[in-house]
Amino acid sequence: MDPLTPPHAAPLPPPIRRIAVDRSPTTVAAPAAATNGHGHGQPSGIVGGGRHAQRAGRAGVERMRLEDLSISYGRKLAVNRVSLPVRQGEVLALIGPSGCGKTTLLRSLNRLIELTPTASREGRIMLDDQDVDRMEVTHLRRRVTMVFQQPNPFPMSIFDNIAYGLREQGSSRPRREELEPQVIDALERAGLYGEVSENLDHPALRLSGGQQQRLCIARALAVRPEVLLLDEPASALDPRSTARIEDLLVKLRDEVAIVIVTHNLQQAFRIADHVAFMYLGELEEYAPTDQMFGAPRTQRSRDYVSGAFG
Amino acid sequence: MSVEAPNRALGDAGPTRPMESSATWPRADRVGLGLAWAAGMLLCVVAGAIVLYMLFRGLQYLSFELLVTRPEVANDQSRSGGFLDPIIGTLMLTVLGTIIAAPLGVAAAVWLSEYGRPSWLARLVESGIEVVAGTPSIVLAIFGLLIFSQPLFAFLSFTAEGNAVFGRSFLAAGAMISLIALPFVVGATREALNAIPSHVREASYALGKTKAATIRRVLLPAVRPGIGTGTALGMGRIAGDTAIPIALLGATLQLQAVDGPLGTLRGTGGTLTTYVYGNSPAGEGNAPEKAYAAAFVLLLVVVLLNFGVDLISRRRQVTSWTR
Repeated sequence: MDPLTPPHAAPLPPPIRRIAVDRSPTTVAAPAAATNGHGHGQPSGIVGGGRHAQRAGRAGVERMRLEDLSISYGRKLAVNRVSLPVRQGEVLALIGPSGCGKTTLLRSLNRLIELTPTASREGRIMLDDQDVDRMEVTHLRRRVTMVFQQPNPFPMSIFDNIAYGLREQGSSRPRREELEPQVIDALERAGLYGEVSENLDHPALRLSGGQQQRLCIARALAVRPEVLLLDEPASALDPRSTARIEDLLVKLRDEVAIVIVTHNLQQAFRIADHVAFMYLGELEEYAPTDQMFGAPRTQRSRDYVSGAFG
Repeated sequence: MSVEAPNRALGDAGPTRPMESSATWPRADRVGLGLAWAAGMLLCVVAGAIVLYMLFRGLQYLSFELLVTRPEVANDQSRSGGFLDPIIGTLMLTVLGTIIAAPLGVAAAVWLSEYGRPSWLARLVESGIEVVAGTPSIVLAIFGLLIFSQPLFAFLSFTAEGNAVFGRSFLAAGAMISLIALPFVVGATREALNAIPSHVREASYALGKTKAATIRRVLLPAVRPGIGTGTALGMGRIAGDTAIPIALLGATLQLQAVDGPLGTLRGTGGTLTTYVYGNSPAGEGNAPEKAYAAAFVLLLVVVLLNFGVDLISRRRQVTSWTR
């Protein structure tokens, strides 16, 4: 047991993360944030309260389902018999301490885990009632795209970064004019078009880190995926860029199912509709966000969300 | 100045400049530092001496006339002409060797870095490249002569009556001399590929792209500066090599074409290196002035190529990801 963990008999210490929960109802419904859309100048905590208010009573359509999913690297079990639904219309956050298998779980959803030679998988992953193992992997990955922890635009222009995914391989390359509406649409959905509309031909690697990450999101959205996976997409970014990406994800959840791995509990609280707490490869608790942060069922989740260990 | 004097007297170096001196070091360390410094200075002096001496001698004898007139066989040096043919020979050989080495080297590097399976085969390829890199060029040249004088390769060079194959031509020399540049291309390309974080490849796979598409559209554009660096380094080595042009190119004074298509490429010739060798006291010639002038031109070419390498590798920083 972690020596820092308080004795269980004692009432929970007043955790900083709880304060945000307790205060959110008192926050005035932040009309400014709702109308201008980008939350300029809004401290992210208050914006979170606004998003939280929108969350009540959401019920999405199930797009993916994990059934008894187990993944091991060699002999080491990384994910142990996890079953989870992934729904469109909501953000699912995977939380848990480092090495608990959240990233492994995420990478298995688009079979990226197969790139790791030692990884082996059991159980089923269904996408719209179709086993992902039966699907052609490039088709699967166009339906389930991913954004990574580090911004990683390709060494080409902003336009070509987005167009890259749109160009079917092998077939004749569509001309720029044909792709332009889709490229612009993807940039607009990622909230980046206004900043880069003048310089679509500039190298993408010259953008700032936050812009690069939104470009990566735009790139992943351009192929019109059904599920968007994000592996700690904001952990390398400053608070302002983080807030913009969080706003973006909340907006996107109606058109695409979103699964996000995050180390940042406040972030999970701000944007998620459901939270899955993983611990040592097990799914410890899966609950609506309010319940996970307000009244977690297990002692371990309660300790984790209150910050007793991390 | 005088205001600061009292501070100095107290041994105070001032608040912004911490004291740094090797005076307090153990003697062994001080001697080591001195030797390291001297070694660096010595190299500077040597490099400076070469460049300055060649500059002095080269400019002394070099004239525009020499660059644009063909060399002639003559006892009288005033009628032996310039070194236009060797300049063309060096250019042709360099281009030929690069055209062969660059695609081959990039392909080998891509296979090693991105596939490399089974691993024993990858290790075999690696040591093969190391062997090629370590082989002295005269050995490559003799080996090339052996190969290209086979009747099978008669179409590459002059043939004598009775079907004897001469085995010396630009094509033969270019093929062998590409092996000198190849390890540089492979090395620089692999280094650049290995510097690309794996999440960049995964980002491409995550968009439903195949490995081939990822290599062609993401990785190769990203390593272009690396390929450029390796190719330029290799070109410098090709331009400077002497053994292969002597043994495999014929080291003739003028370019001599074979009758038929691509006659010049199938014919013999010389390069700046063979020209310098031939005209210097080391060879049979006795026109050291022309050797100096040609050597200066050669040095200029190689220095410019290295300068190009620096330029390319400095531009590399534009495309960088966080790991």
